[in-house]
Amino acid sequence: MPRTLYDKLWDLHEVTQREDGTYLLYIDRHLIHEVTSPQAFEGLRVAGRKPWRTSSNKATPDHNIPTTDRQLGLKGIKDEVSKLQVTTLDDNCKEHGIEQFDIEDERQGIVHVVGPEQGITLPGMTVVCGDSHTSTHGALGSLAMGIGTSEVEHVLATQCLVATKQKNMNVQISNVLPKGVYSKDLTMSVIGKIGTAGATGYAIEYSGKAIESMSIEARMTVCNMAIEAGARAGMVAFDEITLDYVKGKPYAPSGTQWDNAIDLWKDLKTDLGAHFDKTIKFDASKLKPQVSWGTSPEMVIDIDSVVPEPKSNSESNALDYMGLKTGMKPEDIKLDQVFIGSCTNSRLEDLRIAAEIVKGSKVSKSVKRAIVVPGSGLVSKAAIEEGLDQVFMDAGFEWRAPGCSMCLGMNPDQLDEGDHCASTSNRNFEGRQGYKGRTHLVSPATAAASAIAGNFVDVRGIVG
Amino acid sequence: MNEYTIHSAKMVPLDRSNIDTDQIIPKQFLKSIKKTGFGPNLFDSWRYLDSGYPGQDNSKRQINPEFVLNDKRYEESEILISKANFGCGSSREHAVWAIQDYGIKCVIAESFADIFYNNCFKNGLLAIALPKDSMEELFRISEEGKNIHVDLINQVILDSAESVIVKFDIDNFRKTCVLEGLDEIGISLKDSELIKSFEKNKKEVTPWIFK
Repeated sequence: MPRTLYDKLWDLHEVTQREDGTYLLYIDRHLIHEVTSPQAFEGLRVAGRKPWRTSSNKATPDHNIPTTDRQLGLKGIKDEVSKLQVTTLDDNCKEHGIEQFDIEDERQGIVHVVGPEQGITLPGMTVVCGDSHTSTHGALGSLAMGIGTSEVEHVLATQCLVATKQKNMNVQISNVLPKGVYSKDLTMSVIGKIGTAGATGYAIEYSGKAIESMSIEARMTVCNMAIEAGARAGMVAFDEITLDYVKGKPYAPSGTQWDNAIDLWKDLKTDLGAHFDKTIKFDASKLKPQVSWGTSPEMVIDIDSVVPEPKSNSESNALDYMGLKTGMKPEDIKLDQVFIGSCTNSRLEDLRIAAEIVKGSKVSKSVKRAIVVPGSGLVSKAAIEEGLDQVFMDAGFEWRAPGCSMCLGMNPDQLDEGDHCASTSNRNFEGRQGYKGRTHLVSPATAAASAIAGNFVDVRGIVG
Repeated sequence: MNEYTIHSAKMVPLDRSNIDTDQIIPKQFLKSIKKTGFGPNLFDSWRYLDSGYPGQDNSKRQINPEFVLNDKRYEESEILISKANFGCGSSREHAVWAIQDYGIKCVIAESFADIFYNNCFKNGLLAIALPKDSMEELFRISEEGKNIHVDLINQVILDSAESVIVKFDIDNFRKTCVLEGLDEIGISLKDSELIKSFEKNKKEVTPWIFK
């Protein structure tokens, strides 16, 4: 029987089906960060259990750590509560012999940037992490899902996840994206169309020419926000682009193992005629740059459109919270801050796109702060080698050290009350980036161009 | 076995869809390395008029009188009712811990986000998804200040006169999790031999994942 990519990944990892109908799914890779793991390690300790397979687990601190004073290491964390969480991860990794890229390691970064960059996450793997944006890794042709802390403990102890099979959804995107429209705009358009619960209960496979012609970094941006459409997992079939990306990564197979891996990975695609429970079609050539106007990632509009009439309580509340009025254009929204970063958009390609736009210009005087937070120490290093840091700083951006930063503001990078922020992150929830802060989700290109203008602009008139 | 019935409990109605876990427990409280103590900060940014921080004396903060959790009519409610896609967003299990720590024993909504729904049952918090018309009835009953009974064993919700409002679906494993407070890891470890042999085979076929 023809199978989907998801079916195949599932079959490769199904250990057993249990009497109650649930399955044990074998987990190849478990990524750990400081926020959702301490209670799981504590649970192990209380029950007298040990991690099942130490090498499966790789850790890095990302949510709490400051993006300034990195040369001070742990001493640079002024918030004692944050510091305790980071040192607790250090202690837990040491106790169990788990490999960690700690605050002083140049490979440290956002867990979802570090995994693929190191080849720690690979095609054909099951990947879990106590973080909903684990879907990012699906871009490599893997089954990657966010889990809760109880599941973190379960995976540590058993190397398995208790799971039920999801339904299959195909998001088919024909044609290619026009100039000035990026993978972020595509993934936001999908969410705008199907809603934040549109894919609840499904695993999404993104397919079609637009996806096939994308780089792995761009595919990661698409899969990253599968969760904002309600799907725990988003994925893309393995192809030559995946192969080129993975080759030579530090944890990727080499020699004969590499050849064997390719043989297996070649099958990581949906068979002709496989059944999808739902198929949604988009024409990439018709997509436009997106801006979110509300407090849910489904509240998005085209850059040349206007803030809509609220159709529900939630939408009226959102308009109120955002301080916007129906009929306003994106260019009418004055920006206070700009954030380029997060597991959605902090990779080298994102920084290159943004740098190209700001080169030779200055951040608008009306913008009080614009920051660039590279996704990892290695992204930062590569960007510096290309001189991107200087381009940003010359334009008036601050160049920061890697971490989750203002995506969720667990560290000191936060919005002030009432601030409007052009943000390349993934969630515009109330207070997400700071108490009473107002987040507008956009692509790195739109964020960069809007930082210069001081309000949202249509980058299609600027690039290429 | 724990006879899981919520007798005559009040409902607190949160009339909003897409309530995300950032609202349920804002990020600044995720810095804790414990599972307890989150209750006073449940819905922190809606519940209080200032921005809270960990370790604060919450009794000294100014509450938001317009937020439903602060409405005297809904004090000591054990059931939270809401609209579609409750618990969306971040996977933080702290959201479930906060709801339980506050004293809520059951969340009933039109639908739930996947990860949150899962997290509920891992902690013995009952989450029930009901069709829109049943939810509208529950909202009406909550506004009348009347109580309901949730009978998990028989999978039924009753009104204060003991008539059935609606039956609900829940899968058996989850039902048992709430009823018996299972040690899920212990159950999975009963299949240790299966996991080991699966892993052994994997080591031969895909040795690179063991790096």
